[in-house]
Amino acid sequence: MTKLPYLPETPSQTAGPYVHIGLTPNALGNAGIYPQDLGISPIRDGAKGERITIRGTVTDGAGMILRDALIETWQADAEGLYPAPNEARGQADPNVTGWARVIADFDSGQWTLNTIKPGSVPHTSGGTMAPHISLWVVARGVNIGLQTRIYFEDELAANKKCPILARIEHKDRMRTLLAKKTGNGEYWFEVKLQGEDETIFFDL
Amino acid sequence: MADAPVRGPLVARDRLWHPPAYAPGYKTSVTRAPSRALVAAPSTLSEETGPAFGQDMLGELDNNLILNFTGQPAIGERIIMHGRVQDDQGRPVPGALLEIWQANAGGRYRHKKDGYAAPLDPNFGGCGRTVTNAEGRYEFLTIRPGAYPWPNGPNDWRPMHIHISVFGSGFGQRLITQMYFEGDPLIARCPIVNTIKDGSAIEQLVAPLDMSAAIPMDCLAYRFDITLRGRRQTFFENRPEGL
Ligand SMILES: [Fe+3]
Repeated sequence: MTKLPYLPETPSQTAGPYVHIGLTPNALGNAGIYPQDLGISPIRDGAKGERITIRGTVTDGAGMILRDALIETWQADAEGLYPAPNEARGQADPNVTGWARVIADFDSGQWTLNTIKPGSVPHTSGGTMAPHISLWVVARGVNIGLQTRIYFEDELAANKKCPILARIEHKDRMRTLLAKKTGNGEYWFEVKLQGEDETIFFDL
Repeated sequence: MADAPVRGPLVARDRLWHPPAYAPGYKTSVTRAPSRALVAAPSTLSEETGPAFGQDMLGELDNNLILNFTGQPAIGERIIMHGRVQDDQGRPVPGALLEIWQANAGGRYRHKKDGYAAPLDPNFGGCGRTVTNAEGRYEFLTIRPGAYPWPNGPNDWRPMHIHISVFGSGFGQRLITQMYFEGDPLIARCPIVNTIKDGSAIEQLVAPLDMSAAIPMDCLAYRFDITLRGRRQTFFENRPEGL
């Protein structure tokens, strides 16, 4: 057998039904191990930008709402800078951590993300990505974490120019990536794992 | 952080190496697998960046599952789980956040939805976390988890396993997997293991017994190295931007 010129990535396995034991033990009720869960908010007091609340659900192909889903979110600050050690363009807002873990409510399955609306981010090969929040969704029955993005339906002009949205062949599916505005600073976003109106998932 | 930040586009995932979303042997995947093709494109800044994790956020016992719940020792066979997080070129990945969770020695999870007959261990919480050091190394002290039955086929059992979440330098490297134990006859029978098609990919998840790291009269050790998605190029802070 010839040796590969690279090491293969460690293969994924499902997060299973008990992912909260490991990633959000305090939210589960297993307090006492860590003072607080990681990723409790993507922002701190004083974060610049428009405060928004996004609510939603994760549903399966049978239309059932998942109560065991865990979503991680990653976003830029209001200027479009990432609060990351490898952000080369400048210093992001110190009150934006950019990363959060949001879990489906154990009873209703609804999740809530309180954050600021991110700015546009340049695309490496030209163009500008419209304001978006990257999502990574895991749950029992999900064999490899699913990547998707929340875009905003009220960012029409920016969405039209986004090079990632431009890659979507079936334009009628694009709406599955748009958070619906339900009020002042309030949005609704459903992740549909399968079936009609299945959310667009990325391999980026 | 002392280490120079790592940049550059992420290498595309080999989707045939990973389990497919739809794997009917694992019944829950049937209604939870997207049926449309993924929209694939080169990574962007949104996948290439990620938050910083430092040793300073860790508590003293965070990687010690034997003691971190009550301070009194958990019941079970004492083991060290250790290894190295590396990229596709074998270079160490420092500053990676590793979080693990597992059943207790009897195969029972500390979770309101787990009603298995094996009792809870009052001194076992079942989770731990650490951050890799400059050489990409990590270590946990824990107990060997028990196998447990689960509703799938008529008599399916999970092999002994430890769930592990890995967060490298980019959000697009995000990974959750499970570590299995060398020699466990339940591995080959497990529908979740067998969502992975390639036998050598499964082998990557089976940690060998590592007597060189075992502590005499104290604990055995298992070695589990983790490889993350690589980057096509590495830029260092003191180099000019661009190609
Ligand atoms: Fe498990």
